[in-house]
Amino acid sequence: MRLSDKEVLERLDGLDLPQSIKEALQAGLQGAGVSEKQLEEIIAQVAADYEHSRVEPCEAVGVVAAQSIGEPGTQMTMRTFHYAGVAEINVTLGLPRLIEIVDARKIPSTPTMTIRLNQDYAHDRDLAREVAWAIESSSILHLGSIATDLAEMNVIIELNPGAMEQRKITSTEVAERLKEETGLSVDQKENVLVMAPEESSYRELLQLVEKIKRISLKGVEGIKRVVIRKEGDEYVLYTEGSSLKKVMQFDGVDPTRIKTNNINEIGEVLGIEAARNAIINEATDTLREQGLSVDVRHIMLVADIMTVDGEVKQIGRHGVSGEKASVLARAAFEVTVNHILDAAIRGDVDDLKGVTENVIVGQPIRLGTGDVTLVASKR
Amino acid sequence: MTVPKRIGKIRFGLISPQEFRKMSVVKIITADTYDDDGFPIEMGLMDPRLGVIDPGLRCRSCGGRPGECPGHFGHIDLIAPVIHVGFAKLIRKVLRAICRDCSRLMLKENEKNMYLEQIQTLERLGQMTDDVVNKVFSEARKNKNCPYCGAPQQEIKFERPLSYIEEGHKLTPSDIRDRFEKIPDDDIQVMGMNPATARPEWLILTVLPVPPVTMRPSITLESGQRSEDDLTHKLVDIIRINQRFQENREAGAPQLIIEDLWELLQYHITTFLDNTVSGVPPARHRSGRPLKTLSQRLKGKEGRFRGSLSGKRVNFSARTVISPDPNLSINEVGVPMDVAMELSVPMLANARNKEQIKTFVRRGPDRHPGVNYVTRPDQRRIKVTDKNCEEVAEQIDIGWGVDRQLADGDIVLFNRQPSLHRMSIMSHRVKVMPYKTFRLNPAVCPPYNADFDGDEMNMHVPQKEEARAEAEILMRVQENILSPRFGGPIIGGIHDYVTGSFLLTHGTKPIDRQGVMELLKKFEVSELPAPAGVTDKKPYWTGKQVFSLILPRGLDLNFKADFCYNCDVCKGEDCENDAFVVIRDGQLLKGTIDAEAVGAFKGKITDRIIKEFSPSVASEFLDRMTRLALRGIMYAGFSFGIDDEDIPKEAAEQIDDTTRTAREKVQQLIEAYNAGELEPLPGRTLDETLEMRIMQTLGKARDTAGKIAGRYLGLDNSGVVMAVSGARGSMLNLTQMAACVGQQSVRGERIKRGYAGRTLPHFRRGDLGAEAHGFVESSYKDGLNPTEFFFHAIGGREGLVDTAIRTSQSGYLQRRLVNALQDLEVKYDGTVRETRGMIVQFQYGEDGVDASRRDYASTDNVLRIIKNVLKKESA
Repeated sequence: MRLSDKEVLERLDGLDLPQSIKEALQAGLQGAGVSEKQLEEIIAQVAADYEHSRVEPCEAVGVVAAQSIGEPGTQMTMRTFHYAGVAEINVTLGLPRLIEIVDARKIPSTPTMTIRLNQDYAHDRDLAREVAWAIESSSILHLGSIATDLAEMNVIIELNPGAMEQRKITSTEVAERLKEETGLSVDQKENVLVMAPEESSYRELLQLVEKIKRISLKGVEGIKRVVIRKEGDEYVLYTEGSSLKKVMQFDGVDPTRIKTNNINEIGEVLGIEAARNAIINEATDTLREQGLSVDVRHIMLVADIMTVDGEVKQIGRHGVSGEKASVLARAAFEVTVNHILDAAIRGDVDDLKGVTENVIVGQPIRLGTGDVTLVASKR
Repeated sequence: MTVPKRIGKIRFGLISPQEFRKMSVVKIITADTYDDDGFPIEMGLMDPRLGVIDPGLRCRSCGGRPGECPGHFGHIDLIAPVIHVGFAKLIRKVLRAICRDCSRLMLKENEKNMYLEQIQTLERLGQMTDDVVNKVFSEARKNKNCPYCGAPQQEIKFERPLSYIEEGHKLTPSDIRDRFEKIPDDDIQVMGMNPATARPEWLILTVLPVPPVTMRPSITLESGQRSEDDLTHKLVDIIRINQRFQENREAGAPQLIIEDLWELLQYHITTFLDNTVSGVPPARHRSGRPLKTLSQRLKGKEGRFRGSLSGKRVNFSARTVISPDPNLSINEVGVPMDVAMELSVPMLANARNKEQIKTFVRRGPDRHPGVNYVTRPDQRRIKVTDKNCEEVAEQIDIGWGVDRQLADGDIVLFNRQPSLHRMSIMSHRVKVMPYKTFRLNPAVCPPYNADFDGDEMNMHVPQKEEARAEAEILMRVQENILSPRFGGPIIGGIHDYVTGSFLLTHGTKPIDRQGVMELLKKFEVSELPAPAGVTDKKPYWTGKQVFSLILPRGLDLNFKADFCYNCDVCKGEDCENDAFVVIRDGQLLKGTIDAEAVGAFKGKITDRIIKEFSPSVASEFLDRMTRLALRGIMYAGFSFGIDDEDIPKEAAEQIDDTTRTAREKVQQLIEAYNAGELEPLPGRTLDETLEMRIMQTLGKARDTAGKIAGRYLGLDNSGVVMAVSGARGSMLNLTQMAACVGQQSVRGERIKRGYAGRTLPHFRRGDLGAEAHGFVESSYKDGLNPTEFFFHAIGGREGLVDTAIRTSQSGYLQRRLVNALQDLEVKYDGTVRETRGMIVQFQYGEDGVDASRRDYASTDNVLRIIKNVLKKESA
């Protein structure tokens, strides 16, 4: 007697197996027409194999994970820059990037975003370009030229109407922005703006020029460049610089498919679970790009220890290692003397539960075979 | 058996002056060490009550001999209190937070309670209290008047390194101590201190501990002169100043002198505790070398914590150079006789092994396997010598212990640094061998990352039954074939093993009976398979048949070999290049065995065997494979010489053509650039675009040259065999040797630096051509011209620098990762927790699957099970 797919599904539903295995079973049994006996045999075998694959209790998974990520580090390249995906944008890769992820830096050395657009925008090159112009931060150099007049002691900005048209900004708006940012008055004659520093000194003048150059007149601050690329049948924007929160709100941007490599930003905007996933994804991508295979479980564990208490913490002295419970473990890692002095005034007690502490006092560590105790059953 | 004692906890705290005086064995008053006869002076720095270091003497405090007596602390009574440098910042914070009159913490009662509660909650949860405590200090400091006695507060300025200035007057340590003494216990708790273990006034020293002599031993030089430890020198300084201070004060010296001496005393005690305080000139030895004082002893890699406490030294270990021996099993290690006779395994005589042990003892220490020491039941150890061995052997009885020399079959741990992963230490079975090196099967090189260019490895002999059991069950090489990093085999064929398997199994070359016998010489094969055919009335076999003999029955496997050309349409089993491997029931039907099948890190066959059969079957397979592969390579014959890099004349001409056209194309690009006709790539400047285009052109030229060379170098070329089978090297290496080395680069760009506008003085300024920026047109075989050679050296140097930096960076990354994660453990409920019991993962890896056994829980495995069950039914 063959079971219908529905009956099979019902039987599978109640199993105590991970989702991935259940899905595999479902896919494999779809329309296969198994008998009940066969199904039971399959389930029994799958369950037995799953049981065999489980980690053993007391396994030192932390050390294994650390070694599995650290060991390939020796094989990675130091070449900081590499072109990932787009030839136009440089991204830090290899060992420096891995270190950056683990360090939980506030801002990565090369922040980038991958922006995907809404259905209405994604297939239209012009619309995509419009979004790109809107996002890209425009400085005065994008819109025209800047010069100084030493005789009059003022700054002359000549705006290019074509460029302004492209970036959808008018000279009046530019003048407004400059006024706002510098607090100085702006003399506007058509497309020529003239500004003078408060104090008419040569130094002030040059400083003003530098300041004007830095002002973001339009677009999102920090996004220095936007590149459009066609991927499959949709246009995708790649940016140099990252500002997740602001970019998400733009018209045309699909906020569910936007990506940034700034993990902290993800943590702030989308929450700690998203940050954890970002760490996993970034680390996996970095390792894969180098042609190194590392099981996700190891990376997950690193991501989890970095994010357990709700904020992204560094692997190292200012994060996970610096907040350990044991004084001896902290002292044996870095800044030895300070940890001991602080422990003394607080009157800390070291419970000697971790690895380093027990190595220091010279007794078996409580991990792996060292954590097993025998229990005799009463006859 | 006694239950081993376990240290449960360690409590940290400050020591109070009273307590310290109580535990001190002697008050030190003289700055001298030894008298003229070389005996320690009483109440001097080497007082015999502080412990002993000279052999033959006994400690006057505990009666122990050197080595037994741990040493005892003495003390120096300081004439005036002195600040402890380590706490300078804390003292500043406390001073600013308490009232200068009534010494109470300047916070309101309810605030204190609130903060105290927060601190206690955090402590209960095992978390850091720093943030709350800092808040307490900063809040308390804000008060201009004491909320209790109303006294107006003055700002206290802190000057590095150790001065506290209030209203322009320097506060003396005595003043500070007086204030601190009055702080009530409750307030101390709010400041994050524990009044029982650390009262604030103890931050200011009135009595200085004198460490026992055992931790500052003096060395007797060859000349008979004594050289004292750095700490002793420092203590001498302290006592001298202390005395002078006392004399001056008693003599009623002027305030100025007293203050100077006080400061000097402070300086010496500061440097005694820490000689690297910024703002304090480090105390120096007569030779000008800075002294190594207390905190320097603890700090850093070679310091007490990392160097001595976390890194222990061991006995029963050996280290020597390693060399290969393919005849050993992967589970074995060849141990030199000299090492085997030095190292030992303890054995306890019992009724069953008494006689056997006697025979060991009778052999003495010089005839392997003998005995080096015996232990009588009363724990006295007797050295076995050639002379007394017979006599001792007679005495052996139940309860005696012997240290038997290392012999064949013993389990030892084998290790190569850097120990980057757990496969860097594995256990092997001993095989005692002549000569002086450790021998190992080259197949286990990958996990150790070892080669034989002079590498040394360490061996450790477990001394206890438990240790041996763990080593044998968990650490054996065969148990570590699968790497937990990616769940694949990390042990497998390398170099000649791969070449040998390739040569043996590629195609269907006939091998006659004699050849087959030659190949199978080392195997116990009782029956040959049916011959593949007959030529000249002689039966012949194929290499595939021979290889099948070492495969376990019941193995079914299909995969693409490493040298698969990745054709557009894979023909699968009908592959005409013999690159698709088909194994049915342990018979290699089609395909060639190369790195993909048996190599380290790939090894599809090894992988399947270990998962479908067992680690022992896999290790057996690897042993046989390594032997057969070497027979295979010897049978076929294999060598690589300079003439293997020869390419025919027409090939060389074609290559010349390619490079010439490439150079011309570069020239065209440059002309286009100069004429302003070059289109910039989006988002790139014109210069960058030009560079990229040139790099592209030259890169393509090298590839084309390689392809041309490759066309003329076929599988009859040893280099190609090695590259294609994955044994060693790549086609790129061959290309560089035979055809064209290609563009040299620094940081991914062409070589630009050197002189202004040019790389070398014999190029024109601004020359952008191929030769001027490091394109090496020659092959290694032809030789490089001087400029090419120079550019090649530049490119090569970058590689060297890169490696040097990478090792240090990745080493530190590894250390940090291990330190952060080392305490994590899977508990019996499947959660991953750290020492406090905080849950890091509710289920390890979200599915509770061990990474090295992940294949059992994979989709593929599920589908295979379904297929097998359904097949069984239909059959």
